[in-house]
Amino acid sequence: MMSRLFAIAALAWLAVPAAARDSDPPGSLYRFEAKLTSQDGAAHGLDVYRGHPVLVTMFYGSCQASCPLIIDTLRATERAVAPKVRARLRVLMISFDPARDTPAALGEIARTRHIDTARWTLAHAEPADVRTLAALLDVQYRQLPNGDFNHSTSIVLLSPAGETLASTHALGHADEALLKRLAQ
Amino acid sequence: MKSTALVLLMGAAVAATAPPAQRAGIPAATFATILPPAPGVATVHVDAFELDRTPVTNAAFAAFVRSTPAWRRDRVARVFADERYLAHWRDASTPAPGAERAPVTQVSWFAAQAYCEAQGARLPTWHEWELVAAAGPDTADARSDPDWLQTILSWYARPASDTLPDVGGAPNYYGVRDVHGLVWEWVLDAQSMMVSGDNREQGDPDALRFCGSGAVTMEQKENYAMLMRIATLSSMRASYTSKSMGFRCAVPRPVPR
Repeated sequence: MMSRLFAIAALAWLAVPAAARDSDPPGSLYRFEAKLTSQDGAAHGLDVYRGHPVLVTMFYGSCQASCPLIIDTLRATERAVAPKVRARLRVLMISFDPARDTPAALGEIARTRHIDTARWTLAHAEPADVRTLAALLDVQYRQLPNGDFNHSTSIVLLSPAGETLASTHALGHADEALLKRLAQ
Repeated sequence: MKSTALVLLMGAAVAATAPPAQRAGIPAATFATILPPAPGVATVHVDAFELDRTPVTNAAFAAFVRSTPAWRRDRVARVFADERYLAHWRDASTPAPGAERAPVTQVSWFAAQAYCEAQGARLPTWHEWELVAAAGPDTADARSDPDWLQTILSWYARPASDTLPDVGGAPNYYGVRDVHGLVWEWVLDAQSMMVSGDNREQGDPDALRFCGSGAVTMEQKENYAMLMRIATLSSMRASYTSKSMGFRCAVPRPVPR
């Protein structure tokens, strides 16, 4: 079973370079073809908001501590930019807990937190993709024996082509450097 | 009758000349880890697995790059490997002359993991690697042997040389070679190494960046060799490469029915 899982993982990975979009810049995170599923069950890649500036972060839904703060921080960042920029800006929150954060569970979070899913996506990632996504987004995480996670928080601003423009580990307030980059 | 004997003889000849399996079997174990899985938990359980007996060589990685050209240094996307990726090779698919049997280095975590996945394997987790690295020549856990610790430390104190020796040092208890003394090695969960050497995070505003129970505290502070491993891994990002960072692959051992 495990070896089959890894075989699937291998296939998934091998698909990456073969399917790499050569049109994307070499530094684009969209070079990685992740398999994501959003809170409404739609399958898509990391580039679900291709063409928009997008704030990308990782989290897990059952977190009681600083994770609600991630949503507050993203909202604070949205509020801090000019309306014209805000209209273009998108938010992608990817769970690193694929076992518990099913698309249905993510849908429930979106409802209870009143998330505007026209501009925000909560995404479930294939287990084989989670580590790579975390590596690309500079998120550190580890699962504890009780099923919870230790993790660092990182909010990454991607360009319309998926390049990292700015990132922050700050929580609780909009990051100044990131806001400056968004205003450009 | 005659032919049976011949077959048996041939079988014996094959067994005598066949190289040892590429991977060593590591039995399941519970051991005291330097990186506790949670605060207040000193031991960790590792399921049985198989680990490459040596680090991956330049020759083996060259074969991978030839079959998967997206990982050539002139084709790899910069997001997966920095500009020093395989920069020491003769060309994009050929190692430096004479270095075929030396461990491949200057590979990113992404590249190392892609190599292992192409072999139906993956990188070992930190705890898997740590379990094997605790073994001495004759014992599964040599960490309380001062002579053994000193031998390892003397390697870390040696200045790095530009030319790495070939793989194939003395085997440890498990028959695994070059765990110490040759290169640093990537692990699967290198991104999980949120480490605080003390409990500074308490009351620190940066503690907010950690969700859950906060960063783990390291144990066994006298085990400098392991502490250096963790410090090195935690300083690397997944696209980084280094002249002394190589890797080997692992597979979970199938559970016997």
